[in-house]
Amino acid sequence: MGEEDYYLELCDRPVHFEKANPVNCVFFDEANKQVFAVRSGGATGVVVKGPDDRNPISFRMEDKGEVKCIKFSLENKILAVQRTSKTVDFSNFIPDSSQLEYTQECKTKNANILGFCWTSSTEIVFITDQGIEFYQVLPEKRSLKLLKSQNINVNWYMYCPEGAVILLSTTVLGNVLQPFYFRAGTMSKLPKFEIELPAVPKSVKLNLSERDIAMATIYGQLYVLFLRHHSRTSNSTGAEVVLYHLPREGACKKMHILKLNRTGKFALNVVDNLVVVHHQDTETSVIFDIKLRGEFDGTVTFHHPVLPARSIQPYQIPMAGPAPVTSQSPVPCKLYSSSWIVFQPDIIISASQGYLWNLQVKLQPIVNLLPDKGRLMDFLLQRKECKMVILSVCSQMLSESDRATLPVIATVFDKLNHEYKKYLDAEQSYTTALEAGQSRSSPLLKRPARTQAVIDQSDMYTHVLSVFTEKKDMSHKFVIAVLMEYIRSLNQFQITVQHYLHELVIKTLVQHNLFYMLHQFLQYHVLSDSKPLACLLLSLESFYPPAHQLSLDMLKRLSTANDEIVEVLLSKHQVLAALRFIRGIGGHDNISARKFLDAAKQTEDNMLFYTIFRFFEQRNQRLRGNPNFTPGEHCEEHVAFFKQVFGDQALMRPTTF
Amino acid sequence: MAAAAAGAGAGAAQEKQFPPALLSFFIYNPRFGPREGEEENKILFYHPNEVEKNEKIRNVGLCEAIVQFTRTFSPSKPAKSLHTQKNRQFFNEPEENFWMVMVVRNPIIEKQSKDGKPIVEYQEEELLLFNGTFLRAMEDGGVKLLKERLEKFFHRYLQTLHLQSCDLLDIFGGISFFPLDKMTYLKIQSFINRMEESLSIVKYTAFLYNDQLIWSGLEQDDMRILYKYLTTSLFPRHIEPELAGRDSPIRAEMPGNLQHYGRFLTGPLNLNDPEAKCRFPKIFVNTDDTYEALHLIVYKAMSAAVCFMIDASVQPTLDFCRRLDSIVGPQLTVLASDICEQFNINKRMSGSEKEPQFKFIYFNHMNLAEKSTIHMRKTPSVSLTSVHPDLMKILGDINSDFTRVDEDEEVIVKAMSDYWVVGKKSDQRELYVILNQKNANLIEVNEEVKKLCATQFNNIFFLD
Repeated sequence: MGEEDYYLELCDRPVHFEKANPVNCVFFDEANKQVFAVRSGGATGVVVKGPDDRNPISFRMEDKGEVKCIKFSLENKILAVQRTSKTVDFSNFIPDSSQLEYTQECKTKNANILGFCWTSSTEIVFITDQGIEFYQVLPEKRSLKLLKSQNINVNWYMYCPEGAVILLSTTVLGNVLQPFYFRAGTMSKLPKFEIELPAVPKSVKLNLSERDIAMATIYGQLYVLFLRHHSRTSNSTGAEVVLYHLPREGACKKMHILKLNRTGKFALNVVDNLVVVHHQDTETSVIFDIKLRGEFDGTVTFHHPVLPARSIQPYQIPMAGPAPVTSQSPVPCKLYSSSWIVFQPDIIISASQGYLWNLQVKLQPIVNLLPDKGRLMDFLLQRKECKMVILSVCSQMLSESDRATLPVIATVFDKLNHEYKKYLDAEQSYTTALEAGQSRSSPLLKRPARTQAVIDQSDMYTHVLSVFTEKKDMSHKFVIAVLMEYIRSLNQFQITVQHYLHELVIKTLVQHNLFYMLHQFLQYHVLSDSKPLACLLLSLESFYPPAHQLSLDMLKRLSTANDEIVEVLLSKHQVLAALRFIRGIGGHDNISARKFLDAAKQTEDNMLFYTIFRFFEQRNQRLRGNPNFTPGEHCEEHVAFFKQVFGDQALMRPTTF
Repeated sequence: MAAAAAGAGAGAAQEKQFPPALLSFFIYNPRFGPREGEEENKILFYHPNEVEKNEKIRNVGLCEAIVQFTRTFSPSKPAKSLHTQKNRQFFNEPEENFWMVMVVRNPIIEKQSKDGKPIVEYQEEELLLFNGTFLRAMEDGGVKLLKERLEKFFHRYLQTLHLQSCDLLDIFGGISFFPLDKMTYLKIQSFINRMEESLSIVKYTAFLYNDQLIWSGLEQDDMRILYKYLTTSLFPRHIEPELAGRDSPIRAEMPGNLQHYGRFLTGPLNLNDPEAKCRFPKIFVNTDDTYEALHLIVYKAMSAAVCFMIDASVQPTLDFCRRLDSIVGPQLTVLASDICEQFNINKRMSGSEKEPQFKFIYFNHMNLAEKSTIHMRKTPSVSLTSVHPDLMKILGDINSDFTRVDEDEEVIVKAMSDYWVVGKKSDQRELYVILNQKNANLIEVNEEVKKLCATQFNNIFFLD
């Protein structure tokens, strides 16, 4: 398997920590994504490493017994450590405040603390087997204040920091889940829901394990993912992942089912809004995209893996650190090891090796694994780092060796422009709102984010189309068909086509002497009017005479190019036509007499010169009451010429009153 | 037509009128029988064929003499036509030493003055389109083959010639373009490109709607002739069965096939008949340089017609025709209804449903675009115009004035009763307007025409 075949990889800069052993306990905090290495209960040191901060936090604490759970509050302000089943100890990490520990016992009698979660920098939730308790920590007073509590039998709990939701497993079977939502000092209870178990349980005991449940945000929505194992009684073909949508308001609803078509041990990650399912038996993973079209049965949508199953790309552990420089050959890392623990959304931890990785999706290999270009585009457009890959797909489908058919090319263009148009519309309504006087700071008014999926005309021009049209071996028929297809797609989405695309069309047509085609395109206004385009047409006149008429028509329609029209006509020695035109639009009082007389003289047509000369004499008479030219008009030379040809007496006499 | 002619010109009431008519038409080459006694060999084609041999020879000889005689005055431009009291002869030499002569009877009241000339030229062009050059035919099979081809072509062609209904539009030989919005036009482009991709042997494509052109892959000169053939010969032949409801357009298709309205106007009539003949007319294009021979496949669904032209060296099979039918048929049907719908929307928006106030004919020499609000319906046999034939004659006269000079000009004619006829020429464009206003004077007429230009032609550079 070549490297171009793996579409999942571990990040190349993992968080390295001291591996777990009898004297070193390792903890992971999902909220801050921090790894805690606690040596000898903290007495010989605690090292905290996060994915972003390369400077680990190290400190010592007194060994007061075995640490069950250890977490910083948000922004690393307060450290909470659970050592017993009844209490949690706190110590402040705020500069200039007391570092003396303080303790909080759970309020419910006879309850055991299962764990705790920080929901902000000073708010913490205790989860006990009999309910939850929501506290505010007052670091300066070194005490806690109970904000709210709720009694409920709890089997286990799960926290999703992105959604600020805690999920509690209740009832004997454990399959009734009760979500709570936390925000700014409040705790709200969301409607509980039941997870359908694969088979009627034989005995009344805990049937839903927390290992089979995950919570993650996918496309901005919070989902509870349930890994439903294959049951021998039902005739399903394998395990599946059931996605329950957990809205902020309203009931939780079963939405998607991901068909795994295999059985065994699985683990889930969510990367770039894709659900990744790892399968330990085969040491491969598959990905699912719930935005891709699936089979909808009226209530839920069934999805199949987007791509064939592949292993995560083989990984070499860099032998960095204080080891001797000589033995630095990298060691291959055992993938899918049983010591791996996965956390949401994209974290894989190997406690035995002391590494924390983020899982990543590689897009380039997917291009060749997904032959359906329409589906490939749907997939890529939803990914974060998609732009260059999309552009390379476009280039590829236009290349001689990998050429796609026109309907496929059209589909791809339509998908790109659909996304492009959405962005343009959002921009438009933002600008309109700004102009309407809404203030920039209004929370309702947000400048739309331009994601990488917005592929505009200049992207297409620079990376795809201009390169494509330059290729020598390309049939011009295909080149023109592709350009027209792109223009058609833009028009279909009512996007104004940029003139450089029109120029590209014209250039291609001219290169192949397809002037009549060009003429027809212009006739139906496929190439929109613009001054640059009109000038381009003018320059084509020597190859294709009708371009002159086309250009003049275009200038006329622009209605802002009257000066250009006059220049064009004068350059063609159509002095009279130029004069009639400027008179027709009422601009003849402001034109330069000298320019017209020059042009008339060049025609060597004396009668024409006479006519033009007379016209300006009359204009002078009308404007100034005197037919003579003023010195500012610089027409002395023409007056002299007129006298020479027609005689002094031919000059118009001033009307006397 | 007869009724209209009879009502014309009060002063000519006593005179019996004859519409112009074709008296004879022949093609000869003086090189083929230069010696005495062999004159018959010169004649390649003669219509009417019943004419006695000696008279044929005499007429050909006379023409030869006239051409030779006039050549002494103008060696490079020999006479093009000869007008006599009874008839008028037109001479045309399309290829060296090949002469086509047409003799037309004059109407008693001189009316059809200039129209004959271009018609001979079209004839030649259309001949060219379907038969290639004379020389090429000679190379292929000598004089005998050439004669056979001429016989076959003109036998049919002369029937489509209706001199009595020729008018200004025949002089222009223009192309009527179908007005269309940009988006629908782009859809048609997309359709054509896709078809050319899936039917890879197709070399050129043309697209028409309502007998008006939308797209031509052929060069303008070739398209002009093909357009004339389609609109005056091929399409009219197929209108009749459509109106009569015969060969019902919706066919019972094989299961699984989409129903569609597509059918072949040339080629196989019934695709389910395994014996169906896939014979398509052969045409010749780009005769000046590359000289390409092509099969002409005309396929139509509702009002949309597509011409696919494929290299003549490839013989289309029945399988190909079936494939074409299955690919093109459904898509063209959808496209045709799209165009129809869009056209109606545009018409409603522009409000041009109502009878146009102005009667005009427009022609642009650059793209051969023509537009007429005078012709209600133009069929090969009848030209149904809404104005008096005498006015049409004035149009012809103004046009012949325009052809004589290169400058832009404008002619305003006061015709009988309250009619005014205005002809304008601006660059390569010509516009003819017929106005009927009680007691209008020259200035008012000029104003009216300006108004027309401002409403109808404001998007082009048309000087007033």
